[in-house]
Amino acid sequence: MNKVVASAQEAIADIHDGAVLMLGGFGLCGIPEHCIAALVEKGTKNLTCISNNAGVDDFGIGLMLQHRQVKKMISSYVGENAEFERQLLSGELEVELIPQGTLATRCMAAGYGMPAIFTPAGVGTEVAEGKEIRIFNGKEYLLEYAFDADFAIVKAWKGDTMGNLIFKETARNFNPMMAMAGKITIAEVEELVPAGTLDPDHIHTPGIYVHRIFQGNHFEKRIEQRTLRPRS
Amino acid sequence: MLDKNGIAKRIAREVRDGYYVNLGIGIPTLVANYIPEGMNVVLQSENGLLGIGPFPFEGDENPDLINAGKQTITTTPGSSFFDSAMSFGMIRAGKVDLTILGAMEVSENGDIANWKIPGKMVKGMGGAMDLVASAKNIVVAMQHVNKAGESKLLPQCSLPLTGVGCVKKIVTELAVLDVLPEGGFKLLERAPGVSVETIQQATAGKLLIEGEIPEMNLD
Repeated sequence: MNKVVASAQEAIADIHDGAVLMLGGFGLCGIPEHCIAALVEKGTKNLTCISNNAGVDDFGIGLMLQHRQVKKMISSYVGENAEFERQLLSGELEVELIPQGTLATRCMAAGYGMPAIFTPAGVGTEVAEGKEIRIFNGKEYLLEYAFDADFAIVKAWKGDTMGNLIFKETARNFNPMMAMAGKITIAEVEELVPAGTLDPDHIHTPGIYVHRIFQGNHFEKRIEQRTLRPRS
Repeated sequence: MLDKNGIAKRIAREVRDGYYVNLGIGIPTLVANYIPEGMNVVLQSENGLLGIGPFPFEGDENPDLINAGKQTITTTPGSSFFDSAMSFGMIRAGKVDLTILGAMEVSENGDIANWKIPGKMVKGMGGAMDLVASAKNIVVAMQHVNKAGESKLLPQCSLPLTGVGCVKKIVTELAVLDVLPEGGFKLLERAPGVSVETIQQATAGKLLIEGEIPEMNLD
């Protein structure tokens, strides 16, 4: 069983116009930057992107926005992106903002084979409009559906030829549950090793969830907010 | 009247030994600087970390290690990483003892608005709706009035809500107030040099004043 593909271009070759994508990452941390670059190069259009954030103007999903490839964004927070704002205000881009925990858990539900979840997030707010409410132990919860994505594109630290993945630090974020949620899951990793090399006890995402894997040539890993403490 | 650091310093007094605490972006982030030495507190970052440490020294910054404000950080001994579903799982399950966040408006029944100004840029709610819907104890750090001089402590919020009936305590540049379960802001403490009259004028919602109101102790 070998899930290795040669490149990002090969990994995303069958992503079609109008596809629904999940993209891992929080801010610019743990984003699949090689696949995003390949999608920009390929020029795939009318994409629906489920991702916590929308990148910045010139990196991450922001690059796909610059090339008008995104029809709809489903995110929890979309600040720090002027092109995003312009497209939103001009009506070119459809945006669905949902609570971050709801976003994560709707991915998780898909990966666990559950059609829906109940969460208290958004009760009494405009997020609850049109949604079914159930009361458990005297508290109101919203019914939220599992996502249905054609492709999940994630970034991991290490992976093996069978698709097993290990994430690093806070670059884990949405990647594991998105990896579980895609009909087709593509993983780009910093280091790709032969199956049997990684300790099975250390695997975060079992390879059963991953369909294609490749090692990125060079991860830029841009830092969004470089905050430092003085050496005194 | 307190500055932002003063507000953070006062809020730090709400933190207890052994607490797991989630700090929001802005003034709440500054609270970490005022947690007394020797007190065992674990800071949760909703992007998947328990045990936020100080900012890194130059050269030590790590793009894989950020807080929920996307700032480079370090970890403390005993820290742990996890995914976003687990992060909000621990929030939803009430494992986080104290949540400190900013607000644009709070109403006298504890509603909070902090994610959207219609007609202006909408950045999104991030994790705020999940936090306020589940947290056991929510303290809001905010300015008492907005830039136009209008009160942000209101009978009812005018902006789109983040959560309903959830705020327990508010610390502003002027005062510390409890939000009562039956409704109303109960004045607990005055900022140094601030009169009860000044607080009354800056509060549009129902303000309850009982007896002498002491000045904050910030030492």
